[in-house]
Amino acid sequence: MDLFREQAMLATRRQFFGRTAAGIGTTALASLLNPRLFAADAVSGRGGSLTALHHAPKAKHVIYLFMSGGPSHIDLFDHKPALAKHHGEELPGSVRMGQRITGMTSGQKSFPCVSPMFKFYRHGASGTWVSELLPHTAKIVDKIAVIKSMNTEAINHDPATTYLQTGSQQPGRPSFGAWLSYGLGSENENLPAFVVMISQGSGNKTDQPIFSRLWGSGFIPSRHQGVRFRSGDDPVLYLSNPPGIEPEDRRAQLDGVGRLNQIAAKAFGDPEINTRIAQYEMAYRMQTSVPELTDLSKEPKHVLDAYGIDDSGVDGGFARNCLLARRMVERGVRFVQLMHRGWDQHSNLPTQIRGQCKDVDQPSAALVRDLERLGLLDETLVVWGGEFGRTVYSQGALTATNYGRDHHGRCFSMWVAGGGIKGGLTYGETDDYCYNVVENPVHIHDLNATLLRSLGIDHTRLTFRFQGRDFRLTDVHGEVVKPLLA
Amino acid sequence: MRTFPHGLAALVWLGSATIALAADAPSKIDYNRQVRPILSDKCFACHGPDSAERKAGLRLDLREAAIAELESGERAIVPGKVDESAILDRIAHEDPSMRMPPAKLGKPLTDTEKLTLRSWIEQGAEYRSHWAFTAPVRPPIPGAKANATTNPIDAFLQEKMIERGLEPAAEASREALIRRLTLDLTGLPPTPAEIDAFLSDRSPNAYERLVDRLLESPHYGERMALDWLDAARFADTHGYHIDSGRDMTRWREWVINAFNRNVPFDRFTIEQIAGDLLPNPTLDQLVASGFNRNHMINFEGGAVAEEYLNAYIVDRVNTTSTVFLGLTVACTQCHDHKYDPLTQKEFYQFYAFFNNLPEKGLDGSRGNAEPMIKAPSAEQTERLASVDARIAGLRRQLDDRSTISDESLMEWERSLASNIVAWSPFVPKTARGKKRTKLAVADDGVIVADGANPATEVYVLEGQVDTAGLSGLRVEFLPDSRQAGNGPGRSVNGNVVLTDVRVSIDGEPVKPTRASADFAQEGFPIEKAIDADPASGWAIHPRVGEARIAAFAFEKPVAPKKSRKLSVELAFESQFASHQPGRFRVSLTRASDPLGRNSLPAEVAAAIAIDRDKRDASMRETIAKYYRANIDPAGKALSAELAALASEREAVERSIPTAMVMKELASPRDTFMLTRGQYDKKSDKVTADVWAVLPPLPEGAPRNRLTLARWLVDPKHPLTARVTVNRLWQSFFGTGIVRTTEDFGSQGEPPSHPELLDWLASEFVAPERGAAWDVKRFVKLLVMSEAYRRSSVVTPDGLAKDPENRLLARGARYRLPAEFIRDQALAVSGLLDPRIGGKSVSPYQPAGLWEELMSRSDGANWTAQVYQQSSGRDLYRRTMYTFWKRTCPPPTLLTFDAPDRETCTVRRARTNTPLQALILLNDPTYVEASRHLAERLVREGGKTDAERAAFGFRLVTGRVPTAEESAILIDVLSRERASFHKDPERAAKLLRVGESAHDTTLDPRELAAWSAFSGVLLNLDETVTKG
Repeated sequence: MDLFREQAMLATRRQFFGRTAAGIGTTALASLLNPRLFAADAVSGRGGSLTALHHAPKAKHVIYLFMSGGPSHIDLFDHKPALAKHHGEELPGSVRMGQRITGMTSGQKSFPCVSPMFKFYRHGASGTWVSELLPHTAKIVDKIAVIKSMNTEAINHDPATTYLQTGSQQPGRPSFGAWLSYGLGSENENLPAFVVMISQGSGNKTDQPIFSRLWGSGFIPSRHQGVRFRSGDDPVLYLSNPPGIEPEDRRAQLDGVGRLNQIAAKAFGDPEINTRIAQYEMAYRMQTSVPELTDLSKEPKHVLDAYGIDDSGVDGGFARNCLLARRMVERGVRFVQLMHRGWDQHSNLPTQIRGQCKDVDQPSAALVRDLERLGLLDETLVVWGGEFGRTVYSQGALTATNYGRDHHGRCFSMWVAGGGIKGGLTYGETDDYCYNVVENPVHIHDLNATLLRSLGIDHTRLTFRFQGRDFRLTDVHGEVVKPLLA
Repeated sequence: MRTFPHGLAALVWLGSATIALAADAPSKIDYNRQVRPILSDKCFACHGPDSAERKAGLRLDLREAAIAELESGERAIVPGKVDESAILDRIAHEDPSMRMPPAKLGKPLTDTEKLTLRSWIEQGAEYRSHWAFTAPVRPPIPGAKANATTNPIDAFLQEKMIERGLEPAAEASREALIRRLTLDLTGLPPTPAEIDAFLSDRSPNAYERLVDRLLESPHYGERMALDWLDAARFADTHGYHIDSGRDMTRWREWVINAFNRNVPFDRFTIEQIAGDLLPNPTLDQLVASGFNRNHMINFEGGAVAEEYLNAYIVDRVNTTSTVFLGLTVACTQCHDHKYDPLTQKEFYQFYAFFNNLPEKGLDGSRGNAEPMIKAPSAEQTERLASVDARIAGLRRQLDDRSTISDESLMEWERSLASNIVAWSPFVPKTARGKKRTKLAVADDGVIVADGANPATEVYVLEGQVDTAGLSGLRVEFLPDSRQAGNGPGRSVNGNVVLTDVRVSIDGEPVKPTRASADFAQEGFPIEKAIDADPASGWAIHPRVGEARIAAFAFEKPVAPKKSRKLSVELAFESQFASHQPGRFRVSLTRASDPLGRNSLPAEVAAAIAIDRDKRDASMRETIAKYYRANIDPAGKALSAELAALASEREAVERSIPTAMVMKELASPRDTFMLTRGQYDKKSDKVTADVWAVLPPLPEGAPRNRLTLARWLVDPKHPLTARVTVNRLWQSFFGTGIVRTTEDFGSQGEPPSHPELLDWLASEFVAPERGAAWDVKRFVKLLVMSEAYRRSSVVTPDGLAKDPENRLLARGARYRLPAEFIRDQALAVSGLLDPRIGGKSVSPYQPAGLWEELMSRSDGANWTAQVYQQSSGRDLYRRTMYTFWKRTCPPPTLLTFDAPDRETCTVRRARTNTPLQALILLNDPTYVEASRHLAERLVREGGKTDAERAAFGFRLVTGRVPTAEESAILIDVLSRERASFHKDPERAAKLLRVGESAHDTTLDPRELAAWSAFSGVLLNLDETVTKG
């Protein structure tokens, strides 16, 4: 190696290491990673693929309250007084129009319509109709937009959930959160950009499975996949030191790794080594930042009460996850995906849906209010809904006190709130049987396009090239639903 | 800005970055490398092959169309005339609404690109067909004559290095070389002994001998198989919805063996695409065809079978195209390709090859899905043959009835005559299944089962009867028209397995001690219903669909003083799921011998009912045969032996894995184009064919998968060899010559070294010496190159000129794949279980990961719903055997960029994240490995701390630490030592991590300190990096 080269290399080394000269784990390194240094453009995070946003953003974060299984829009939001007249009558062919139904009811001889056994009232200044099953949601109707005309082509759980979360019925595409992590990067270097939390419904023990592809990264790099937060000692997998290793031992280990890696960086000149040094320090910081995040002991009692979090053994449940979601957004987590299971009411709907609503109604409403209280609602999108709705006709026998409903994708209801969404709105309309959309359809691609728009992103321009094609969350579809935007 | 040696201008392709250079005079523009990428990315979407989307009638992918007069009267391109070419006006138009490409496409042309198009038209707008669609022509090796000993690879690489002013790095140190090579060829690190041997081998061909040794390692096959498992989307579960288990163990073993046996790549391809269609296929060839059965399979309740049938075939088309052709055809499922000359019709023509399987759209709830075969190992085949030979011998002995005397036969018949048993039906007051089966009792005692049919069940019948003198009971399984094949069982084939009959009177057990049945399945004799084994039982296949009877005799008749409360439990608790009867009846008797004549098989009873002198030969034969097998003492002994052998055979049969395979329907299924790819929107009928842009199938050859497979490996095929050598290149150099391993189409990245790629492809298919398609020889060619052997030290100059090391002036340096990292930790710590092949295993995984996602109530009906951690050696098997659950893949592997195995992957990402650090620091796998590594250091590493530390460092990096590094290592050790000596309790805790025991002869505080120290070793950048 000639002298000139040697010198040039040294100079570069100084560039690489100048900032870490004070020693790793110091603020010098943190500043290397400081998002603000990279935030000269409109993108508020670090490491995203978008150098600038396409529109002025309203929202910076998303909290997605996914109701796995398919909540019944008919019993919750899509109020049709006329349906009472048809209760027990066969679903007219003119309504079904030969549309396909699942193999679970396609063999049924009779399709009796079921008017919900729950009462609906108008609420708020907007007069939004909400079922008596959701008394807390009823109190925030002026902050949310209920979309009654959601629709999807899928009629079974696997394709429908995959479709809603990834924009494709078949596996292989990145999930919504992964797209945002990829496009906008992270706002907090000590926490993942995309977090997933799962809770089990108490209304229905015969749950549908869910799949890690729903928070997967598909063909975009795996660092964008959702990180599962769980209850217990290790909110993030392998976060805690092993038994017997105290912080001082860990520090000694990390110092050793860091110093030896610095030598390697000098010897090999490979910039990837510097990245690894930084990642180890970030891991170390996560060991503090994550427990701090998940520790609810300092939350005041009135906040815990508002969400309905008590000591009744629901730790890890939906209410706790809602509060955690708020704490994550406060700390800059980009996308928080909650998954609450148990909404698949093929039978015993009246009993099961009561249990499910009890799980989610109060915490969902509390989350919206809490975000508002903290001034975060303006910059956070809250999305509530499942992969499809349910049929107006009963699956199985219809009795005075009991009925079930099969999957229904032609129309279903979701609500969205916060970050640029018009509150107090009920959007779209369905027919008297809650079966077909008759006005302002919102396909799931349209919803995703609209959510991205609130985040300042043109859904046609957040792309990733794979196999020669520029893929996007909305595939080749999606129209921004402007009336939903404030 | 720097200039080029020739002062040339225009564009230079470097990786994906386009660098514009100052122009003196325009040089010759290369259509394929410079123009097509621009047109493809920015114009073809509206002016390309897809006729449905074409705007203004303009098509730019074909010269003839591009220079033709348009509807408007203009011509887009007039060769040589920049002023007359409308396209140049439009791309530079001042009015943004007129400018092409339209703003809404979001892909504006850069000035350089505009300049390129202009120069190209000026130079005559020459088109060339896309490079990858033209068969490679073996290029001459640059400077070959000058230096015949140079590896041709280096000759090809040299030119660009000179062009870029890069000086090749010197050869890496021997330590670095052996580590690099051993990891690359076996996925495992070299042992210190292996390193020493290589260091002391002073022969001139020491390196080559090392290569040869490693290519013969049985772990070579495992390492090569790993990449292939990604490509073949191998997994242990079906992937959709419930995500039940599957078993493709035998296919995985086939792949490992194929690489180890160095099966030529053409045969490797043919057997996997169409092994089933080869003449008289061997079991191995059938197993190999499972390649295209590794796709996901669904059985979600309520899903539409046709929809998924379509999904499977589409997956086969996509996988086959990506892996062998490097073509991304998925978009043509819905419409003509936007960039490549591939049509939607052709997609369905290709689809037709794979649309001919006897498969169900919804399948796999209980393991593998049809079509499948039994795929015994060699050992299992041998055992079966030996059992069969013994069975045949016993049967011959049984058939020999020469020892039976007429007298004994007649005596038996007489005993029967006096022994007709009177039965009265037991009509229980309550009848229920212990689990969820509903039982309904009719007046005649017939009981009908309904509702759930759990995997196992116990029917409980209770009632008040006069039990005095009862001597036995009879069970009748009755035909049931509600069941497939008329029952009696509610199982898939009508079979029933009765595992136990438990009788009690007023709570006091009454033991049935003898039993007989009118028929018993081989290996499932009636005695098994009253033996001590609760899982063994009496079964009736294949004589199902009709009544079957068994009688049971109590030890002694019930005493009269007993009360009258009778309980009968019929247990169906075998491993055969849901083998319960749909209709049945229990009857009671007081006869002196309850077994009597009633339990004779119908045909024997019928024959006996006829007077002796009126019986014909076949009746006599029936009786004698029955007598010999069941009554004659010598024959009975033979029968018992036969039954034991039958059970043994059954056990072997059961242990034989199945393998999903390809299979053709006798009469081919019609294939239709599907509008927008929707399974229920059939349009034109098509027949099997290949993409028109590629060479045609041989004339007259049958249009089936075998022809397709042979076509793929035709030496004149433009893609298969290029795609394959490129993927192998990627495995050893980290990045392909074509970086987009999965896409050789016009949207893919052009090769960094086109001539090298073509030379390698030519050499692979038609080498100047040696056999064609020889993978080991080809791998050797790669690793023998200077480029492969160079030092991987990155110089600032090298980094500046070639940040991604595409020109390979330095050795490849990148993080090891997920599996290598764990395998290495297991290997250096001495924990690794090196057994090759076999079923997948379940190493440590945090509790509840699967269970939080799985179906909660009926999970017991499926497999792979609850994580059952392996134990013992299985915890330390190579990572390629880790159970792969698609809906919840092993988190530690995903974090290190393993793909999800839902679809075919030929190129992994390489990320660097804090979650990776957390795994290597805290996952019990690595904590336990660091403890074992520590024990090894103390035991084998020498006497002093320094020696031991150096030994450990060498185990993970292959080299001896420098003085500076040693000092740091000793510093870490002393800090950990001080800490653990203070607190022995903590030391004990650390040593308890993992299932294996720690060495109790060592001071626990010392061992803990060394463990923490070893944790550092496993976390070094150099440890997890190939360099």
